Amino acid sequence: MASDQARMLEFAKSEPAWPRPPLWSMGLGLAVAAFLLAYPFVFTSPFSHHLVILILLYALMAQSWNVVAGLSGQISLGHAIFFGIGAYSSTVLFVKYGITPWIGLVVGIVLSALAAVAIGVPTLRLRGHYFAIATLLIGSSVQIIVQRWDWVGAASGLYIPIDRTSPWLYLQFHTSKIPYYYLALGATVAGYGLVWLLRRSRFGFRLQALRDEPDAAASLGIAIARHKVLAFMISAAMMSVAGTFYAQYVLVLDPERLLSSEISIIVLLMTVLGGSGTLWGPALGAAILIPLSEYSRIWFGGTGRTIDLIIYGVLILAVCMWRPSGILSLFEEGIRRRKGGAT
Amino acid sequence: MSLLLDVKGVTKRYGGLAANADITFDVNEGEILGIIGPNGAGKSTLFDLITGFQPLDAGRVHLDGHDITGRRPDIIAGLGVARTFQKLKPFTDLTVTENVMVGALARTSSMKVARDAALEALAFVDLLEKRNHFARELSTGQRKRLELARGLAMRPRIILMDEVTGGVDQRTIPGLVDLVLDLKSRGVTIVTIEHNMQVMMRISDRILALHAGRRIAFGKPEAVRSDPKVVDAYLGGTADAA
Repeated sequence: MASDQARMLEFAKSEPAWPRPPLWSMGLGLAVAAFLLAYPFVFTSPFSHHLVILILLYALMAQSWNVVAGLSGQISLGHAIFFGIGAYSSTVLFVKYGITPWIGLVVGIVLSALAAVAIGVPTLRLRGHYFAIATLLIGSSVQIIVQRWDWVGAASGLYIPIDRTSPWLYLQFHTSKIPYYYLALGATVAGYGLVWLLRRSRFGFRLQALRDEPDAAASLGIAIARHKVLAFMISAAMMSVAGTFYAQYVLVLDPERLLSSEISIIVLLMTVLGGSGTLWGPALGAAILIPLSEYSRIWFGGTGRTIDLIIYGVLILAVCMWRPSGILSLFEEGIRRRKGGAT
Repeated sequence: MSLLLDVKGVTKRYGGLAANADITFDVNEGEILGIIGPNGAGKSTLFDLITGFQPLDAGRVHLDGHDITGRRPDIIAGLGVARTFQKLKPFTDLTVTENVMVGALARTSSMKVARDAALEALAFVDLLEKRNHFARELSTGQRKRLELARGLAMRPRIILMDEVTGGVDQRTIPGLVDLVLDLKSRGVTIVTIEHNMQVMMRISDRILALHAGRRIAFGKPEAVRSDPKVVDAYLGGTADAA
């Protein structure tokens, strides 16, 4: 009996720490990767490029939101703040001082992380829905302040002056969207890679623990507030990166476009739809909702703006009723549970 | 035996009600201290005060000579105090192994070391077979074992166990009791809250009896059992029958 136990322990230790994903999912992953790499040359219209650029950026934004909500269990309704900080940092530095957006990108990351500390330290102590309410209000306040702040263009915003001298230095490509496509792809892949690592790290484990049971987590030596703030900082930094790339892509920014709470809500919807707390859920959510909103914009013109929100609402309602853990959970549970272990 | 946990005059009031009033006791290294008392006697509150989950109104708590009164729960845990909860708190969306790894990660940053330690703790509580299940799929008895393994994976100096045999199927109680004794033999100091008097009398080196937030007896099991105040307050007329 005792030796059985010892043998089982040895066997358990020899198992791979992370179950190998099933063949079909590895195949699917490879197919998606190949598709994304080849996409701009297969589908050559600017609109098809535009569509996937948006999907990629929103997939990154939704993932950023997922770090806070899915991993640490805090619902932020003010994530647009960090999107705006990223966009405004690079734009203001370029417009006012001619500094390359690459440096603006880094400045945005730092400022967003600092803003996350400033917002997170007082609010992340709040339990339940108070954090959500606090971030919603702070987000709206930031939008109102920027609307009145002349130095950053107030309500009419800023235009990024066209510069054709050095596309890669100034992140402006006027003949094709393909460079933007690969930039967005790179940023999103980097973001997902980061979260993939995070989820397998000590820090990621501790976040998931405090998300499920904060008291039990504290009883195991986890400093709850510090972990939540750190997760919020990482999330803010990711959001900021998306903000900088978005601003460089559209070359125009204003508070309505970049700081609206609608952005905060959309990244929430995408994540919840795809699967909050999962790695691929946010990407799946973005891949469903972005085409929906872009096509409804095309089909319904100006009125499409509200129609896509109606469809979002119906989708979310359906997910909440039939699959509260998101669409991806239909597959992911089977992947995480080892075949051998589940007896 | 050296003094490990020293609790002096601990008091907690909720409005006019004293959940814990001036409670004093100590725990020696390597012993099992049992805490008994009827529902509402203040047993779980006492655990919360020792482990920093609730602020105390008066009193001091020392661990191995260091004052840990009112420190944060995670800091107290980091000093080697593990606990389980009466209302079980498994990390439901993590697997059994991952749950226990969270405990092991309190003392290592290596995922490999943590995983091996977690599997060893699971083997110790006889839950290895369920290692790849999600915690939410476990029965109550299995969840109790899981919480125990999670605390043990921290390699604590002392573990506070809130009703390990409470709410589990009668047949699994002997196994859980053996587990506690096995732990003691490995040198872990244990404070345990139990309702099951037979179990308590058998495993405890000393017993602390609480009633209505006050300490009514503290000492060897035989002495506590025959203490008139305990008989009166807790055991009623059934002391002999037990």
